[in-house]
Amino acid sequence: MWQALNTELAPLGLDVITVAFDKSAEDARPWIELAKATHPSLVDTEHVVADLYNMVNVPTVLWIDEAGVIVRPNDVHYVSSEYAHVTKMHPRKPLETLRAWVRGEAPALTGGTVAELQTLPSAADQEGRAAFALAWWLSKQGRTEAAERWFVRAGDLAPHDFTIRRGSMPIRGIDAAGPQFFDMVASWRALGHEYYLPLADTATTEEDFATG
Amino acid sequence: MTLWTLIDEQRTLETEVTDDLRFDPAVIGWERKPQGLCKGDVCVPVPPETHMDLPSVARLLGRPLVMDTDEYVASLGASAADRASALSSGMAPDFELPDVTGTMHRLSDHRGRKVALYSWASW
Repeated sequence: MWQALNTELAPLGLDVITVAFDKSAEDARPWIELAKATHPSLVDTEHVVADLYNMVNVPTVLWIDEAGVIVRPNDVHYVSSEYAHVTKMHPRKPLETLRAWVRGEAPALTGGTVAELQTLPSAADQEGRAAFALAWWLSKQGRTEAAERWFVRAGDLAPHDFTIRRGSMPIRGIDAAGPQFFDMVASWRALGHEYYLPLADTATTEEDFATG
Repeated sequence: MTLWTLIDEQRTLETEVTDDLRFDPAVIGWERKPQGLCKGDVCVPVPPETHMDLPSVARLLGRPLVMDTDEYVASLGASAADRASALSSGMAPDFELPDVTGTMHRLSDHRGRKVALYSWASW
C-alpha cells in the first residue's frame, strides 16, 4: 500500500518513508520485497523512531512538511477494514486526507493544532523504553531469563506501549498475532481503554462504512 | 569494582562500577567540575554530599535508569522532558537508520519534500 502511495504521490512532492520496528532486517525483508518498495524502507531494531516520536503502536503515521516541521502528529493508519469495529477507521479515510494535503487542497490537520494533538512521553514511558533497551540487550547476549523479566517490567511501566508489549513477543518466542496478543488487547480494553483511535479528522463515520 | 555494561540510549559501553554503584560519569559524556556536572557549556548543579552513583547521576540529568544488579547492566534512557521539548518545538527530530541492504538514510535528506513517515512491523 505504501509503495502505491509513493508511486502516486511522489510526482506531487511526497516522499514515503517506512520504519519497521522489527528485531532484525530479516524479519522485515519479505514484506519489503513483496511490496517492491522503492521508497526508503528502514529497519529500526532499537526503536529509535518510537523513542524520538513517542510512537506506542504500529502502524503510526505522521506528516512532515518541506521545512521539516511536523504538520500532522502521530495518527493511526490501519490498512485493512477487517477490524474496523475495534479500530474505528476505514482505511480509505486517511488516504483521502493524505492526498488532499499533498495536492494542496486541504490542510494537513483539522480539528485541533499539532501542539494540542501531539502526545508527549511521560517519565514512565521513557522508563519503559529504557527497560525495553535493557531487556533487548540481555536477550541479544543470550541471557534469556533476565531478558524476560525486563521485557515484562517494560510492559508494566508503559502498558499502553504495544511497540514494547507486542513488539517484544517475536523476540520472546511468543506469537504476536496469537492468543497472548488477543488476551493482551482484551485485558487492555477491559480496563476501559479503547484500541488506538484515529485523530478526529480520520475517524470513520457510519456513512464511510455504508458506502464501502 | 565490577565491570558493568552501560546502555546509554543507542550506545553500549563497559565501565567500572563500585559496590555502592559509583562510576565516572565522564563515560557518558558528563564531567564532574566545581560548578556541577558538565557536558560542554551545559552544567547541572550538584547538591553537596551527592555521590556520583548511577541513580544520583540519572536523577540529576532527569533521565530514566533501570539496572539489573545481578547481571551488572544498566540502561539510561532519554529524558521525558528532552523528548517532550523536542516534539513541542514543532521540528521533526532527525534520525539515521539502515534499509535492508544496510544503506543508511537520514530523514533530513528529504528536506524540501513532504514526508509521510510510517512505522510498521512484521508482527
